[in-house]
Amino acid sequence: MNETSAIVILIAAIFTNNILLANFLGMCSFVACSNQIGTAIGLGTAVTFVTVTTSMINFAVYHYVLVPLELAHLQFIVFIAVIAAFVQFVEMFVERFSPKLYFALGIFLPLITVNCAILGASMFLIIRNYTFAQSVGFGFGGGLGWMLAIVLMAGLRQKMRYSNIPKPFENVPIAMIVTGVLAMAFMGFGGMVSIQ
Amino acid sequence: MADSKGSMTCGGMCGGKGIETFKEGAWANNPIAIQVLGICSALAVTSKLSNSLVMGVALLFVCVGSNLFVSLLRNRTPHRIRMIAEVAIIATFVILFDQILKAFFPAMSKQLGPYVGLIITNCIVMGRAEAFALQNPPLLSMIDGVANGVGYGVVLAAIGFFRELFGTGEVMGYKLLSESWYTPNQVISSAPGAFIALGILIAIFNAVKGPDPEESK
Repeated sequence: MNETSAIVILIAAIFTNNILLANFLGMCSFVACSNQIGTAIGLGTAVTFVTVTTSMINFAVYHYVLVPLELAHLQFIVFIAVIAAFVQFVEMFVERFSPKLYFALGIFLPLITVNCAILGASMFLIIRNYTFAQSVGFGFGGGLGWMLAIVLMAGLRQKMRYSNIPKPFENVPIAMIVTGVLAMAFMGFGGMVSIQ
Repeated sequence: MADSKGSMTCGGMCGGKGIETFKEGAWANNPIAIQVLGICSALAVTSKLSNSLVMGVALLFVCVGSNLFVSLLRNRTPHRIRMIAEVAIIATFVILFDQILKAFFPAMSKQLGPYVGLIITNCIVMGRAEAFALQNPPLLSMIDGVANGVGYGVVLAAIGFFRELFGTGEVMGYKLLSESWYTPNQVISSAPGAFIALGILIAIFNAVKGPDPEESK
């Protein structure tokens, strides 16, 4: 068990070990939904919320249910079930109590189940042997980091619409290369804090 | 490149439809380069050729297995719960592969980290189950699984080869670029290199396939 404080993990997960730019998680929705800043913020908020809560639930499920029962090898299927069930629950909850938020977030919620950033965050905290506080820090930082990356990208893509891009590079390829440059910029944070 | 392989693997054993399915999956609708699905793992594991190959095999295994079982159960699964059924089938195969890897190749399993488990949320597997296996007989679905697995594996191997070559100067332990004239470029084996390499690869595919790849879909 490592001793890094939860705050350090939170900052590291946003900047130095950004879940998207350094660990490549959540690329599908990143490419598909980064055309507008408003959409990106909505999706980012939803992802952050779900990542934090499912990290907490999955931490508890893994350490208090699966390990005592010696069922650790079933973690994948249990985690994805928890995430899917939780997203479904959030959807019903938001629909019932805040229809306005539901219409703003509604279309993103089903997308979140298959966002690998969320499943990935749960898996990283098992592999890295985090404590509960560290897991919360990692989940929150991971979600915020993902949101930061997709909002930055949406801003860049809005500008890029007016530029003259070579035909084969249009759309996805140029988005990839811009993400690469963004990742390079984030490498500059490298020496600041580090988590393994 | 995947074309010639298609007719080789399929041979005369399956009719024209099988070959067509294979070509469609491995080349014309290549999961990574054309449909841009499942790119998380394509970026994460391709810093080395060996990792890319193992990941390719993993996806092939899961895709074939899940396509087969989704197809076998396609007339028995109620429409409303099909997603959950698909996820359960996919997760079963992922767990199987993960356990095999952990038991026989623990070093490789450590290197790939959570990315084997993340095949569950890989859009390729889910997409094929949903789009193909639900409507087609088991054998054809298996061919579709092989095709997509090969299409994915070949692209991953290509990225892995070039990233390892230019990032370290050697491929699978063989020194190919002498240090006397080539200085290994760290950036290529780290995160930014992955994005840029994939971007260039997709652009090459677009250029080869002609001006408008959308039309062939």
